[in-house]
Amino acid sequence: MRCLRDEGVEYLFGYPGGAVLHIYDALYKQEEVKHILVRHEQGAAHAADGYARSTGKPGVVLVTSGPGATNAVTGIATAYMDSIPLVVFTGQVMTNLIGDDAFQEVDAIGITRPCVKHNFMVKDVRDLAPIMRKAFHVATTGRPGPVVVDIPKDITAHKAPYVFPKDPTLRSYKPVREGDPAAIRKAADLLAQAKRPMVYAGGGVVLGNAAAELTELVRWLGAPCTNTLMGLGAFPATDPLFVGMLGMHGTYEANMAMHECDVLLAVGARFDDRVTGDLDKFCPNARIIHIDIDPASIQKNVPVEIAIIGEAGLAMRDLLAALKGKGVRLDEAALKAWWHKIDAWRERHCLEYDRANTEVIKPQFVLETLYRLTGGDAFITSDVGQHQMWAAQFYKFDKPRRWINSGGLGTMGFGLPAAIGVQLAHPDATVACVTGEASIQMCIQELSTCKQYDLPLTIVNLNNRYMGMVRQWQEFFYQSRYSHSYLEALPDFVKLAESYGHAGLRIDKPHDVEAALKEALGRRDRLVFLDFITDQTENVYPMIAAGAGHHEMHLATDRELA
Amino acid sequence: MRHIISILLENEAGALSRVAGLFSARGYNIASLTVAPTEDPSLSRMTLVTSGSEGVVDQIRKQLNKLVDVVKLVDLTDNDRIEREMLLIKVCAEGDERDEIKRLSDIFRGRIIDVTDRAYTIELTGDGSKIDAFISVLQPRRILEVVRSGVIGIARGTVTCKSDAS
Ligand SMILES: Cc1cc2nc3c(=O)[nH]c(=O)nc-3n(C[C@H](O)[C@H](O)[C@H](O)COP(=O)(O)OP(=O)(O)OC[C@H]3O[C@@H](n4cnc5c(N)ncnc54)[C@H](O)[C@@H]3O)c2cc1C
Ligand SMILES: Cc1ncc(C[n+]2csc(CCOP(=O)(O)OP(=O)(O)O)c2C)c(N)n1
Ligand SMILES: [Mg+2]
Repeated sequence: MRCLRDEGVEYLFGYPGGAVLHIYDALYKQEEVKHILVRHEQGAAHAADGYARSTGKPGVVLVTSGPGATNAVTGIATAYMDSIPLVVFTGQVMTNLIGDDAFQEVDAIGITRPCVKHNFMVKDVRDLAPIMRKAFHVATTGRPGPVVVDIPKDITAHKAPYVFPKDPTLRSYKPVREGDPAAIRKAADLLAQAKRPMVYAGGGVVLGNAAAELTELVRWLGAPCTNTLMGLGAFPATDPLFVGMLGMHGTYEANMAMHECDVLLAVGARFDDRVTGDLDKFCPNARIIHIDIDPASIQKNVPVEIAIIGEAGLAMRDLLAALKGKGVRLDEAALKAWWHKIDAWRERHCLEYDRANTEVIKPQFVLETLYRLTGGDAFITSDVGQHQMWAAQFYKFDKPRRWINSGGLGTMGFGLPAAIGVQLAHPDATVACVTGEASIQMCIQELSTCKQYDLPLTIVNLNNRYMGMVRQWQEFFYQSRYSHSYLEALPDFVKLAESYGHAGLRIDKPHDVEAALKEALGRRDRLVFLDFITDQTENVYPMIAAGAGHHEMHLATDRELA
Repeated sequence: MRHIISILLENEAGALSRVAGLFSARGYNIASLTVAPTEDPSLSRMTLVTSGSEGVVDQIRKQLNKLVDVVKLVDLTDNDRIEREMLLIKVCAEGDERDEIKRLSDIFRGRIIDVTDRAYTIELTGDGSKIDAFISVLQPRRILEVVRSGVIGIARGTVTCKSDAS
């Protein structure tokens, strides 16, 4: 407990069980660390994750051995794929029973090994404090990630004198911070010559709290900037230099600019396959500079000319200083011609949809209205599917850590528990969870947690009665054979919300959308579940099919590209 | 291309499985792997032989370095180096064959370490190609069992793969 307090832990997201009862007893006797009781251990991990994403501080989880640990695995893997700092304590059977197939024993260290940054087993109570210190250090430094600490029950029964270990360093773990000055000078030389520069910034800018440095650098360059799904908010979406998200469901202008740029600056982005499409067709004209804290991210999928390994913020600060030091600006005429091209791509209005429809609710319309009513200042969590893509496209994030979603693992069920963590961390903020009728049911039990802690979330359920993202792929690539993507026997979400003690509203006409959202967002005393009955056949555009290049996008059906 | 990589890692339960798990999870080749404690009991030395394109081997090195248990990694392929592997081989040795096998073993500087009236067990050290050659000359005879240790290696001269901290 004292370790947790000394690490500044505010909230512990957990669920009790035999192996952690000593710890729960210690929790009972103190008041500094607040325990949030979830309804399923997956929810605990996602809630801690939402807390971490929205604050930048590590999320902390406590679960019991066996099923407690296995239930948490999806949440741990979700955090791992998006490099989110979590410290997860799993109970374990008594040391003398380990390996005996004891009651509720699983090899938590073995099961979690491929989806953690590191894990520790505590074998002696005297190691507990140093290991906890190391766990927080590893989770939060370098490329962040989840760390599991497995604690056998007998260890928690013993006592040891407590000293807060001052030095958490490990001889085998020394993340780099400052980028190599020679590489930074080369990068400045290359950027200064660019005629068609482009900045591609990802989750690393958010994780490294480097949005300010990115914004300053991009504005100085006057270059277009795109963000990955994980990077949204790293550069202000309302800035004219922002060309939207790139990749599979990115904007026409962002993807075309990637295709035609001559110098690409990639910052804290890992060239994911959803972003690059066909690697042979990726950025065919560009010389690439890549800033990343993890050497393994560099040259992993795409060869780059200049690699800068270090903290995004420090590297961009030094890069801007080097550029300014050169005393030259980018070629103004070339830049003007480049923007001329980009503006022409923008003219395609790739995110256009049938706004005038007064009969059925278009999902995009709900999100546009949500954006307008919250002034772009809400925390938006999301589940996985079409609704996630529309939220990413239509909610303009001007600030980092406002857009909370599972990108790497794409975990349905993430949105609601994540929103719990976000709302606890920001009690006065507006927090909305954008979800679909399939995703929400994967962690629906957490509505009960929301009741227990009086969290005034707004649930925006875009109910298209389909696993829309799956249906869209089946429509495009399986000749509309909708195999098991239609959800029969859906619950009455309004009654469901009410039975959990919340308010619920069903909305099926476009002209009721705004009033419903206003009502929900205005309620600070309770959670409101908005069940929007939306167009069943709407698809997410633009779309780059798997294996295609950035210039081979499909726009809305009626305007398909040749 | 074949690479031989020398790694110092924390001598802790689980460190080996992190390395082995990395190779299976990411689909990297692993030709041989040896591991034993070093003169510093808190560290183990692992020697790994792998192969792949330069891009893949580059990722292998980076991913290994990323493991929190890895203290230091040196790709010996880049150095002038000595490689050794040990072979224990049990071969049928009866009648005239006994002399012939003894002679072959001497030529390869092997040592017969166990003798029965029907078989020899021979110990041989050398680099991989020497071991392969020895096995292939014995091939026409009846080999009962082959046990290879996997490759270990060390750089020539003063280059070392030692923990900076120690
Ligand atoms: C249904 C669905 C559709 C999707 N479609 C798209 C799409 O159209 N477009 C899209 O972009 N994504 C899409 N994704 C998300 C995609 O799968 C990836 O999660 C995402 O593209 C990765 O974002 P990123 O490159 O910013 O990397 P992240 O996963 O955010 O990784 C961060 C990178 O930054 C580095 N880093 C971390 N901290 C620092 C620091 N302090 N300094 C410097 N570097 C640091 C890390 O080492 C890593 O390389 C989709 C996901 C789903 C589920
Ligand atoms: C746990 C999990 N299982 C399966 C999937 C595959 N999957 C991706 S999107 C999707 C459908 C989501 O449907 P819904 O929540 O209704 O969202 P919509 O696409 O309709 O907006 C599925 C099944 C996943 N991402 N996560
Ligand atoms: Mg749906």
